[in-house]
Amino acid sequence: MALKSKEKVLNVTLKKAPSGINGFDEITDGGLPKGRPTIICGNTGSGKTVISMEFLVKGALMYNEPGVFMSFEETKEELATNTESLHFNLDSLIKKGKIYIEYLEIDKSQNIAAGRYDLEGLFVRLQNAITRIGAKRVVLDSLDALFYGFDNNAIRPEIKRLFKWLKEKGVTAIITSESDNGFSTKNGLEQYVADCVIALDNRTVNQTTTRRIKIVKMRGSVHGINEYPFTIDANGISVLPLMSQLANQSLSTVRISSGVKDLDGMLDGKGFFEGSSILVSGSAGTGKTSIAISLINATCLKKIRGLYCAFEESSSQIARNMRSIGLDIEPYIKSGVLKMYSSRPTIQNLELHLIAIQKIIEEFGPKIIVLDPITNLISEGINTEIRQMLAHFVDFLKSKNITVLFTAAITLETVKSNPSDEGISAMVDTWILVRDIETNSERNRGIYILKSRGMNHSTQVREFVITDDGLALLPIYISADGILTGSAKLEHTLQKEEQRKLLQNDIKGRKSEIERKRKVMEENIALLKTNLESEVAVLNQIKVEGELLAKSNERDKLEITDLRNKIRSSSEKSKSRNK
Amino acid sequence: MSELKRKLPGSISGKPLNRGRPEYILRLFVSGILQNSVRAVRNVSRICEEHLKDNYELEIIDIYQRPDLATSEQIIVVPVMIIKSPLPERRIIGDLSNVSMVLEALNCL
Repeated sequence: MALKSKEKVLNVTLKKAPSGINGFDEITDGGLPKGRPTIICGNTGSGKTVISMEFLVKGALMYNEPGVFMSFEETKEELATNTESLHFNLDSLIKKGKIYIEYLEIDKSQNIAAGRYDLEGLFVRLQNAITRIGAKRVVLDSLDALFYGFDNNAIRPEIKRLFKWLKEKGVTAIITSESDNGFSTKNGLEQYVADCVIALDNRTVNQTTTRRIKIVKMRGSVHGINEYPFTIDANGISVLPLMSQLANQSLSTVRISSGVKDLDGMLDGKGFFEGSSILVSGSAGTGKTSIAISLINATCLKKIRGLYCAFEESSSQIARNMRSIGLDIEPYIKSGVLKMYSSRPTIQNLELHLIAIQKIIEEFGPKIIVLDPITNLISEGINTEIRQMLAHFVDFLKSKNITVLFTAAITLETVKSNPSDEGISAMVDTWILVRDIETNSERNRGIYILKSRGMNHSTQVREFVITDDGLALLPIYISADGILTGSAKLEHTLQKEEQRKLLQNDIKGRKSEIERKRKVMEENIALLKTNLESEVAVLNQIKVEGELLAKSNERDKLEITDLRNKIRSSSEKSKSRNK
Repeated sequence: MSELKRKLPGSISGKPLNRGRPEYILRLFVSGILQNSVRAVRNVSRICEEHLKDNYELEIIDIYQRPDLATSEQIIVVPVMIIKSPLPERRIIGDLSNVSMVLEALNCL
């Protein structure tokens, strides 16, 4: 609790003057200390003047804080010309009274010292300039000129007084100075101002030069402690913040389709997590770009903005090639849903690419980004440094909830031979491996998911085919000979089919034979039945005849008896008559 | 002090000897009555009277009152004396306490 209240006090007391410079306010936690002097040191050509000028221009344009630029090295005209390429539009700002530039000429050859002097002339001119436009920001570029022009012993106490004076005026000031060995000024200016020191650096490694910025100290404020790469281009300075933002990430549970139905099936049936990082790796020609384009195609279809960074092919080449597999991205590019960034990795180094990409992200606001491939970028620099930078970049994307898909020519074999490649795995959430399966002098593709954080993904190896209508996954064919793919699988299927047909024929034959036999049997039964029936009929006939016979016999018998009786009575009568 | 205040700002002119225009045209920029400036005014007055008598024109300018001149004349340190004539233009910085340096700059040695 006590700590919390202390923090609160700090936040209240240390106000910041936002610079408005891309990425700079992130690493300085809001800008330069407001109302205080800041030293920017750097070697020649490191961008001291540009960053100072941009601080004034952005201050005037964005924060309504007029600024004074006291230049010891360049004249007003030179400054205007030199910053013309930066689209600062100094002239109009000067006319509007938002910016005032004054050139202070120190020509040592003209000065003959004869006694003690002080910097009151500078103070008067500075005061005059500040009141003239009501300046809130002041730049002195660079104070070293004073050390070259005048006696050190006379100048030093005056510089001390200058810093104090600037603080009293409450202006946010930048004092530039040549650097001595990177992080300190040549003339030890930092002993006068202890609040904020920023160092600029211009380093050439492998013939590519990178500008870097480092906050050496910023009293009473949280700030990034690393060296951050920055660029100067037509829109001024861009710093790649590369802050570790892991803790601040709000994670999404929204899923996005990979564009390949079967692949979604392998990923829990739903696809990737929104805002996750996906690595598709495999050797050359395994279809990494096709997978990437499938994903882009699927998201663009839903009007989700996408950015495709191509480091191997030009965007038109990708568009043409993808049409052959039934994925037409051209309409998306035209309608502005999809932006292509294609550049040879050798033109500039990774930081500059990342800054350029970051700028597009700020301006364009894509929800999905493809880097195809990152291995090309990695070849340009020292491994650990690059990986760190990529990791930071991934963090940056995650903080913006942007889904990122890298392709890379990393295989498990290369990881084995170069274990540091594994570091890339650590920063991806989903790793899809596309592998060549080489059998019977034929190459086929197998795809599997090496890992996918937070989902119950498939562990199967599937065959991956690229058809005219896009991508599809087939189940891997397992036979007694092992895993079969491609034509071997086809052959195996045909064989099986043949066997099946033969068997079917056999069954058919046997079936008809049985049918025939059944018919014969049925016929026989019918015949026997008829025979039986006729015999029964005969029997019945005989029975009837028998009955008739019996009946006639009876009747005969009766008749005979009757007849006998008749005969006897007549004989008795005759007998009696005879008597 | 009161004498100096009266003199500041303004010009002190020595009458030209032979020509219509004095040989030495000097401008001394000072900052009010700060120590260095007061010393400079005192020193320049003495030097002029002792070495450039009747052949100089001296203008003393207070940058507090004329900051515009401080800008246009590129004044950074004070006191500073600009030798406008004889050419080439030179600047002597400091309170002019090093008289020999001043005279050297004035080509008066």
